[in-house]
Amino acid sequence: MSLNSGTPVLERPLVDDATGAPVPVTSEPRPRRRWVRATVLGAVIPIAVIVLWQAIATSGLVPSYRLPTPLSVWAAGVDLYERGVLYQHIAISTQRVLLGFGIGAIVGLALASIVGLSARASELFAPTLGALRAVPSLAWVPLLGLYLGLNEDSKVALVAIGAFFPVYTTVAPALRHVDAHLVELGRSYGYSGPALLSLVQLPAVVPAVISSLRLALAQAWLFLVAGELLGASLGLGFLLVDSQQNGRIDRLFLTIILLGILGKGTDSAVGLLERFLLKRWGS
Amino acid sequence: MSSSSLRSSTPADALSVSIRELSRRFGDRVVLNELSLEIAAGEIVALIGPSGCGKSTLLRHIGGLDSPTGGSIAIGGAPVTGLDARSAIAFQEPRLLPWRSITRNVEVGLPRGKRTSADRDRVAELLELVKLSSSAHLRPREISGGMAQRVSLARALARRPGVLLLDEPFGALDALTRLSMQDLLLDLHAAEPATIVIVTHDVDEALYLADRVILLGAIDPTESAAQASIRSTVVVPGLRPRDRGSGDLAELRAELLEGLGVPTHHLSAR
Ligand SMILES: Nc1ncnc2c1ncn2[C@@H]1O[C@H](COP(=O)(O)OP(=O)(O)OP(=O)(O)O)[C@@H](O)[C@H]1O
Ligand SMILES: [Mg+2]
Repeated sequence: MSLNSGTPVLERPLVDDATGAPVPVTSEPRPRRRWVRATVLGAVIPIAVIVLWQAIATSGLVPSYRLPTPLSVWAAGVDLYERGVLYQHIAISTQRVLLGFGIGAIVGLALASIVGLSARASELFAPTLGALRAVPSLAWVPLLGLYLGLNEDSKVALVAIGAFFPVYTTVAPALRHVDAHLVELGRSYGYSGPALLSLVQLPAVVPAVISSLRLALAQAWLFLVAGELLGASLGLGFLLVDSQQNGRIDRLFLTIILLGILGKGTDSAVGLLERFLLKRWGS
Repeated sequence: MSSSSLRSSTPADALSVSIRELSRRFGDRVVLNELSLEIAAGEIVALIGPSGCGKSTLLRHIGGLDSPTGGSIAIGGAPVTGLDARSAIAFQEPRLLPWRSITRNVEVGLPRGKRTSADRDRVAELLELVKLSSSAHLRPREISGGMAQRVSLARALARRPGVLLLDEPFGALDALTRLSMQDLLLDLHAAEPATIVIVTHDVDEALYLADRVILLGAIDPTESAAQASIRSTVVVPGLRPRDRGSGDLAELRAELLEGLGVPTHHLSAR
């Protein structure tokens, strides 16, 4: 019987199951060149916007109390920096976001694991959490203010609430819908409990966890600004209200740009984590 | 069997399987009806029968993945109660973990615990046997269906099972790959003795591989197909490797196909 000497026709990568696209061979540009190209392309629109902005602001079409020039926004930033408060605003806001995000994400992952893995826990918790989620987020602000005072705790708690729900609502169903065939496979090969969890369920939900973390981070910044708008003496949200009240449109622009940069920066950090984890656990 | 003897480098012995009056019903649907079957250690038994007659259910019971509503099963004389390290099952679907390489998927079959260098050698040897050494580093989405089924087979073998349970292991393969996999299975059986229970829809495959072919189905034709007992047992003559075109087998083939309700127009079958 010589038929079992290999099946050469099939010994090559096939097409991607999900997309039907051929599995890439080696025709992608080298990583470094691709990175440079992405950076250059990504910078085109921001630069164009700044140029256009400068043109409109200096043309006299819009009065300067409605549209500051890019340079005056830069100057406002330098001014705040020299007074030593810019750093304080940024630092306290970043701290609130990271703390709240961390707490919300951890609680979210923990509850999602319980609800996603145990049908009984799901029956117990899911309706309540679903109802809590339906409460518009800003409704919590006065209550948190009353309970925790207008201090750090209430703001971190609000951010944590914001970060909690994307994680919980994404990861719990992902865990519940892990391929039952793979779970049974693990069982039949002697895995159970935590060993089974780390063999099958956790790797299976890695992509869901990562995308939920990215969502949670965006929510965290959203809730931060909401919390700081409604009562703070420091932080970027406070700077927004303060600038509005004092008619400092240059600072308003500055703060919005800073929020964009910080949000993108933290998102990119999670993106790096994503790249690393998907290399290890992606399919 | 303790995990230390699973871990030893000498192949595990093949174990006998005895099934006594096994019944399984789901709700009020009887799927297996007082089915009894004795399988000798080292024997290869093929199960055939119409779709939905309970072949997979029977296999799952032998592997301890499901528990009977009546009767009992013993492997090597000791009863099966729940998941059992003495048997290994290769499911109808390959069931590979998509985030693991081929090598790491086969490792799932090893006894749990710290991986030793003997374990690594074992996995390499199995990949060699199923002719996947050169693809060892690939992920499941990068391999073909036939390769995936060979990985699943290697994973089951990594357990050194006394009883190897194969549920349509070559079901999704093209005809040519299927023939080469059948020979591969016989090579493996010769190299590492195990009792093999293989479910198949392919009568020729059953006759080529097995010592005995068991035809499952309802004994009373007025009952629904899902009331399976053993309808007939065919002892396949001759030693392996068998001649695929042998005249004796043609008789048995016609007999089994008739049993499955397929008219064969084979003259001497009646
Ligand atoms: N968990 C279950 N709950 C309810 N019914 C089940 C369950 N598992 C199997 N059955 C029923 O038992 C019968 C036998 O199923 P089984 O999977 O054993 O068939 P099979 O002979 O392997 O069929 P096929 O050749 O199509 O794979 C089917 O009618 C099926 O509907
Ligand atoms: Mg089946």
